[in-house]
Amino acid sequence: MRTAEALRMALEALRVNRLRSTLTMLGVIIGVLAVVILVAIGTGAKNAVEKEIAGLGSNIILVVPGQVGLGAAPTQSRLDLSDVAYVRRVVGDPSKVTVAVNSGESVRVGRTEVFATLTGTDENLPNIFDRPLRRGRYLSATDVDTRRRVAILGAEVAGKLFGDVDPIGRQVTIAGVRFRVIGVYETVGSTFGVARDQEVHIPVTTAQRLIGLPRINGIAVGASGPDEIEPLQRRVVAALDARYPDEKFSAVTQTQLLGTIGTVLSMLTGVLAAIAGISLLVGGVGVSNIMLVSVRERTKEIGLRKALGARQRDILGQFLIEAVLLTTIGGLIGILLGVGGALLIQAVSPVPAAITWWSIALAFGVSVAVGVFFGVAPARRAGRLDPVVALRTE
Amino acid sequence: MSEPAFEAVGLTRSYLLESVSVDALRGVDLRIDQGEFVAILGPSGSGKSTLMHLLGCLDRPTSGILRVGGVDVSTLDDTKLAELRNQMIGFVFQSFHLLARTSAIDNVALPLVYRGVSGTERRVRAREALEAVGLGHRLGHRPSQMSGGEQQRVAIARALVGDPKVVLADEPTGNLDTRNGDEVMNLLERLNADSGVAVVLVTHEPEVAARARRQVHVRDGLIERDTRIEGDTR
Ligand SMILES: Nc1ncnc2c1ncn2[C@@H]1O[C@H](COP(=O)(O)OP(=O)(O)OP(=O)(O)O)[C@@H](O)[C@H]1O
Ligand SMILES: [Mg+2]
Repeated sequence: MRTAEALRMALEALRVNRLRSTLTMLGVIIGVLAVVILVAIGTGAKNAVEKEIAGLGSNIILVVPGQVGLGAAPTQSRLDLSDVAYVRRVVGDPSKVTVAVNSGESVRVGRTEVFATLTGTDENLPNIFDRPLRRGRYLSATDVDTRRRVAILGAEVAGKLFGDVDPIGRQVTIAGVRFRVIGVYETVGSTFGVARDQEVHIPVTTAQRLIGLPRINGIAVGASGPDEIEPLQRRVVAALDARYPDEKFSAVTQTQLLGTIGTVLSMLTGVLAAIAGISLLVGGVGVSNIMLVSVRERTKEIGLRKALGARQRDILGQFLIEAVLLTTIGGLIGILLGVGGALLIQAVSPVPAAITWWSIALAFGVSVAVGVFFGVAPARRAGRLDPVVALRTE
Repeated sequence: MSEPAFEAVGLTRSYLLESVSVDALRGVDLRIDQGEFVAILGPSGSGKSTLMHLLGCLDRPTSGILRVGGVDVSTLDDTKLAELRNQMIGFVFQSFHLLARTSAIDNVALPLVYRGVSGTERRVRAREALEAVGLGHRLGHRPSQMSGGEQQRVAIARALVGDPKVVLADEPTGNLDTRNGDEVMNLLERLNADSGVAVVLVTHEPEVAARARRQVHVRDGLIERDTRIEGDTR
């Protein structure tokens, strides 16, 4: 018997039992759909995080006190501006080192008040981070040296406080102190849940006085090229460790962040896919079950076919093809629905989704394999039926 | 004369039922030549169907030798046996055994599917076979849309579509009224006379048996009597 013939026969059998075929497929459809959607969401999340990290700028090294890692306890900073000067000497090029002092503060204009992340920094920030201005200017060395009360607003802060009005030259009140707006940043989005458009930048010296502590939270160093990152990172950490033998310092690079977060998200995606895969397996058990019922129901038909000259392998092939067709059609429907679902989620929710070819190929391959695996037992049973017994069955 | 269609020597068939052996056939010697028309008679449970299943290569004897078209079936594996059935033997059953959701023409074409005949040729031959049994106007009908007599004629068309050497019919008129039974017998007779196909049929009805040229009486798994109507040149 030819394969085309067997395929036609199997399709016919599935068509005749339309409702049952559909219900049986449902298990496979749901499994495949879950795999495709969950992998798309996992991959989308990973892509989004990677884009955020890359959006910071290039070749950045962040130096923070204490150990950095998953589950590490936050450390109280002992660094101050003299340490920044020290790092500048270590790095050599002072313009490639900048500083951050962070504090949550309310910012007010008239009766409008917003909560913002206040960041004290210096004139070197734009040399290291990608932080384009929409209007006005960056902080200058003089702003920092003379503790000027000037501020650059994140796009969202500017929008909330001033609406359509140009904020440049206007006054804002931060923690009760009046500041003059000298610039507004472009919208940049958020990184690791830090909404960078909700930041307000002021000179680091001004910030320290405002907060009342001489501490800084971290130092950022810009390397001149990708190959420079690692040696520079080691040099800076070694220098700080030498200066403070009792303390630990860490320097993280974007590549390391990408690596850690990428691994976590890949693992998460894998776990999601595995859970979805289990439901695919359950769908396969359903196929096996229905095929066994089908073999029993069609005992007479099998006996007749054998009497007319069907060989064991013809009958086996017929039922195996039916099972594989069930899961393959189910898989294809699941893929279509999964892709549709991922696009829909992408469109109507903030969850990013990225459809990957490998997940579609995998889901398809697994559904075919599930059909073969779970179809073999019923098909063998059908193929081995004794024609006399089968024909005598009423 | 060519090979006999069937040649059985000391044929037995026992079933094991809860460690008790039931001897359905207890040593049957039987020779059926090509082109014969044989009726097998006997009381219920005497082993007629068992014998038919053995002749039809649906089952294997417990002991004894069976040659079909000169070939000893014990030398054939299941695949070869299936091919032998497909080439040599046409079956007609008491309860028709048509595929319920399949049209008459596709039912008739089924044996050719397992012979690897192409779809177009199958349809041509199935149509011819249906026309030969007077059902040229019922090609697309399903079994449920046909009378019992028509269904049995479809089954006969299916039995002869592959040009078999023998047609085995186990009580082919058992489920039919006299008129439809007559019609089926006419077809089998014509098939036998026109194309020289041997016909072996099991029946309980004396009128049906009377139309055969040879009557084999089976009792308790043995052939009790084998009578030929001599000089019949139908
Ligand atoms: N699969 C089986 N297992 C056990 N015993 C069986 C089996 N098939 C048939 N038999 C027994 O073999 C004997 C012959 O059965 P068979 O069907 O050949 O009789 P039959 O002559 O065709 O009867 P009927 O006229 O009622 O159709 C019976 O006693 C039956 O019970
Ligand atoms: Mg019987």
